[in-house]
Amino acid sequence: MKAVVTVVGKDRVGIIANVCLELAKYQINVLDISQTVMQGYFTMMMVVDVSGCNVPLAELCKAMDAKGQEMGLSIRVQREDIFEAMHRV
Amino acid sequence: MLSQKDILQTQDMIDKRHLDIRTITMGISLLDCSDTDVNVCAQKIYEKICRRAENLVRVGQDIEWEFGIPIVNKRISVTPISLVGAACREDSLVPLAIAMDKAAKEVGVNFIGGFSALVQKGCTDSDWKLIRSIPEAMRQTERVCASVNVGSTKAGINMDAVAEMGRIIKKTAELTADNDGLGCAKLVVFANAVEDNPFMAGAFHGVGESECVLNVGVSGPGVVYHALQSVKGQPFDVVAETIKKTAFRITRMGQIVGVEASKRLNVPFGIVDLSLAPTPAVGDSVARILEEMGLEVCGTHGTTAALALLNDAVKKGGVMASNHVGGLSGAFIPVSEDEGMIAAAEAGVLALDKLEAMTCVCSVGLDMIAVPGDTSAATISAIIADEAAIGMVNTKTTAVRIIPAPGKVVGDRVEMGGLLGSAPVMPVHDQSAEQFIARGGRIPAPLQSLKN
Repeated sequence: MKAVVTVVGKDRVGIIANVCLELAKYQINVLDISQTVMQGYFTMMMVVDVSGCNVPLAELCKAMDAKGQEMGLSIRVQREDIFEAMHRV
Repeated sequence: MLSQKDILQTQDMIDKRHLDIRTITMGISLLDCSDTDVNVCAQKIYEKICRRAENLVRVGQDIEWEFGIPIVNKRISVTPISLVGAACREDSLVPLAIAMDKAAKEVGVNFIGGFSALVQKGCTDSDWKLIRSIPEAMRQTERVCASVNVGSTKAGINMDAVAEMGRIIKKTAELTADNDGLGCAKLVVFANAVEDNPFMAGAFHGVGESECVLNVGVSGPGVVYHALQSVKGQPFDVVAETIKKTAFRITRMGQIVGVEASKRLNVPFGIVDLSLAPTPAVGDSVARILEEMGLEVCGTHGTTAALALLNDAVKKGGVMASNHVGGLSGAFIPVSEDEGMIAAAEAGVLALDKLEAMTCVCSVGLDMIAVPGDTSAATISAIIADEAAIGMVNTKTTAVRIIPAPGKVVGDRVEMGGLLGSAPVMPVHDQSAEQFIARGGRIPAPLQSLKN
């Protein structure tokens, strides 16, 4: 199963590194990354494979949300199929 | 491949436009809980609800996290209690409401619907018992919702039941006077009630339904409002298309959540109710959508046409997004639960008569309306009769949820709290309908051809 990770916050050193490190702890493989910085705001989207995730998906979502708060960012993990459902007929 | 734009648009709808799943509602059949002893029946009801809905809230919360979309309410609907309690020897069915309340608290749902009777053609002894138990049930319980279906296109209108419901609503208001008549906010009188409605206060699990089922109600007035802001001044063709596309997206969200929840709960997926259900939050209002179409204030001339377009476009957009559509499906116009409606009513623009006209073309009916505390039972019955007639003739669901707030007069405000919001007390006509209601009997079912 795939999920989309969205990270939004003020740009600074080590955002990608820290997020990826955290994801690796849960055995999550990153499939695709895109990022932009707009007016100092960092927006990153990743498509990740959560099939091998070592905790239930809801737990991962909560943990990443908490990690985001700790880092002063918004980190959101959402199942990919919700976007597919909304934007594809 | 997903585009960044799609992802950000979805997140924007959730974060800024109040897009949410309004409710996942588990329908549970209680037909196997009947007993001649009301206390035994109550125990069976409690046990069955707790068993069936044990994981409902937890599963709902997991799905919220995984999809990143709020599921505002987790609820339960049950078989109309007048059927379940029909074998009980006792005169009062209040113990069954108490059992429902206890079970709702145990499993953590905020409302449970189905303290109901379907009396469109006539009342059984048990139906009368249930109806007369409603005021006390509303006083003694917190989460139980009651509904009574008094008319249908096929059966006509049961005017004896209509007359009684006027008195029942008054009594319910009196017994819950400490909370401005809050009990009435949990009591709906229907015509053409549907069996798979996931929304409160009118949800019940119809006898044509399976043992246990999961229905979903979506919501997103804020999303529609925002979408319409981008087509200012354009013809209605464009307005309708914009609403349809938005409704499609909203409904797909409901569909995916419903299918996922039903899979995890091992319960068949029932329907998605394609609804625009407002909340008192700013930016989540149906009235503001109508105003965005070009009306200065909701309730002025043109409002009915605007609502007709909105309601139809929501259905057309939503119907393709789900494999099973049902429930009430359409735009709701509850006054107290809609920030724009409250403002329009307080400005004196939105009146009861206009709301009645709007119910001809919208999802349900006169919903969450506060009227003066001294409004007579006969007047309330007459309001119900008017609304039931609209439903009966137009082959649609209509409903009345009205609060004759004890001690309140026109201009006062009734505070219900939470999603129920607050309602300005609206004026009713002073002239009596006493003799009209006192006639009783039945209004015959209408002709279904020669329509003009």
